[in-house]
Amino acid sequence: MSRLNSTFARLRSEGRQGLVSYVVAGDPSPSGTVDLLHQLVASGADVLEVGVPFSDPMAEGAVIQKGHERALANGMSLQGVLEIVAGFRQADQHTPIIMMGYANPIERFGYEAFATAGAEAGVDGLITVDLPPEEVDAIDAALKAVAMDNIFLISPTTPASRIQTIVERARGFIYCVAVKGVTGSGQLDAAEVARNVALIRSKTTLPVAVGFGIKDADSARAVATVADAVVVGSALIDAMVSVGKQQPAASEGQLHAAAAALLKSIREGMDSSPS
Amino acid sequence: MTIEITPELFASVPDAHGRFGRFGGKFVAETLMTALSDLEALYARLKDDAAFQREFDADLAHYVGRPSPLYEASRLSDAIGGGRIYLKREDLNHTGAHKVNNTIGQALLAKQMGKRRVIAETGAGQHGVATATVAARLGLECHVFMGEEDIRRQSLNVYRMKLLGAEVVPVTSGSRTLKDAMNEALRDWVTNVDDTFYIIGTVAGPHPYPMLVRDFQSVIGREARVQSLAQTGKLPAGLVACVGGGSNAIGLFHPFLQDAEVAMYGVEAGGKGLETGAHAAPLSMGSPGVLHGNRTYLMQDDDGQILDTHSVSAGLDYPGVGPEHAWLKDIGRVNYVAANDDEALAAFHRLTRVEGIMPALETAHAMAYAERLAADMSPDEHIIVNLSGRGDKDILTVAAIEGIEV
Repeated sequence: MSRLNSTFARLRSEGRQGLVSYVVAGDPSPSGTVDLLHQLVASGADVLEVGVPFSDPMAEGAVIQKGHERALANGMSLQGVLEIVAGFRQADQHTPIIMMGYANPIERFGYEAFATAGAEAGVDGLITVDLPPEEVDAIDAALKAVAMDNIFLISPTTPASRIQTIVERARGFIYCVAVKGVTGSGQLDAAEVARNVALIRSKTTLPVAVGFGIKDADSARAVATVADAVVVGSALIDAMVSVGKQQPAASEGQLHAAAAALLKSIREGMDSSPS
Repeated sequence: MTIEITPELFASVPDAHGRFGRFGGKFVAETLMTALSDLEALYARLKDDAAFQREFDADLAHYVGRPSPLYEASRLSDAIGGGRIYLKREDLNHTGAHKVNNTIGQALLAKQMGKRRVIAETGAGQHGVATATVAARLGLECHVFMGEEDIRRQSLNVYRMKLLGAEVVPVTSGSRTLKDAMNEALRDWVTNVDDTFYIIGTVAGPHPYPMLVRDFQSVIGREARVQSLAQTGKLPAGLVACVGGGSNAIGLFHPFLQDAEVAMYGVEAGGKGLETGAHAAPLSMGSPGVLHGNRTYLMQDDDGQILDTHSVSAGLDYPGVGPEHAWLKDIGRVNYVAANDDEALAAFHRLTRVEGIMPALETAHAMAYAERLAADMSPDEHIIVNLSGRGDKDILTVAAIEGIEV
């Protein structure tokens, strides 16, 4: 059983909701990302989502955009992200890792070359923001060959007929986008999220994770009542940036600790959920 | 690539997936897919709708001032001493460039869809002005995304947009130029997709934009074809247009694609010289990749990161190009060449002094190549250059380069 499947099966049997944490590989530093990932797991992350930096991350809000810019300025590349994953795997063989990025760096690397190298490094799934079902055939074949899950976004604007098309292709879990907008934006409407998740569940038994706009324990708790997992990204990066601003002399360890502390509070908020 | 060039070939693109051969497509986040499908369905219905076409044609005639003249640049042609140079005077359109042909068309689509708000990206500001203009005319709220760097070098157009009631949103991410403005416009569209129509200014972006912008701009080539036959009795030996995203070029070229005897030249921004890397010439120097919703030629590094571009003209300062151009390059129908900053500036001055026509710096790249091309032709041949925009907006840029305070 894949790491993603076994993780969601375990969560289900425990009656708990999963927590997916997103950070950008190479931000704040390439050498520190492995440590940051371990800290996130220690603070309650069930699935690690690792952003692959891109020069033009068109679905990201300002916070994650800046993370991509810092990572690229630090020299991060897709090859570098794979090395980080391999480094993480030396000490953690069971936490699923999914990569989230944009088509061009992966296309440039080569779909098959990426699938092979990704599987070898210990990558379990991939979200390619700008590869909707219409454009996904080529990479899908490469990912299937190495049993890597291809994870799709479903948005509030996705009609029921498209949801059907998407779930037929999806593996691992469904990423339900909570708001119309970029990452980290807006106020999510818990009732609308509940409707969308119910619609998705009517068409698939895959786990449903909800992301975009989950900032804190309260919003995580609201979403956790209907979803199998919640995704937190911008808030973690913002927590690190804020510490860096308030304490210019802060060490990278202190930045990591800030993200870990926020994630822990979100974990506790979810676990206190009445569900 | 060996593809037999037949008339049917050009009518076959884009296919149902929005692809021009291996280029084009719909590479966007899921949130936008339904908006694109809706637009595609609406356009499929209106494309051949007589009432819609009548309204579009009437707006082009009475609001834009079409047809634009085809003007023989006699003194310039005499000075060069080769083939005759004709200018398709898109600079005489309302708002001073070809961009308005497309914004008129897309604004009609926005109106049909009942959207109350339009957004646009702009580089030189010509598309922003053309969008702000149609928004003012239709009473639509208008937000124009513009890189901070471009706001600085195109301050006159920024003020024009504000006068027209648009909000100009400075973009401070990335290289702060046109590509970043397009990222930001896409982010706005994702957020406000319910009430907002994104008026893309060039033949790039996700399907159906490259197709519908081409169709709206093709009025340029249709007129030029009729005018060439009427004024010279024959088709031109060559067509020349500058290529940033490539909307003015595709507008001129498309109605001539089946005329095998008409050679075509798309002129990219050579910047400081193709060999320096400081340019904006993805067709000349780039490689295929995915950006802004389509697969096309891009300026990118070995890691697939998009490179910063350089051009003296803000409107050509873009690392990608419309997917139909990428396809036309691959099948060998259009020659893609480059003119650098210095050549464009020299051509800007020459046309201004010899013909009394001040071209936009973008357009000056096409003029620079046209001069070279005409020099090797005989006087009984002629070429048509798309004089895509007027140069008023660039006066401060030219003055600054020459160290003159205006």
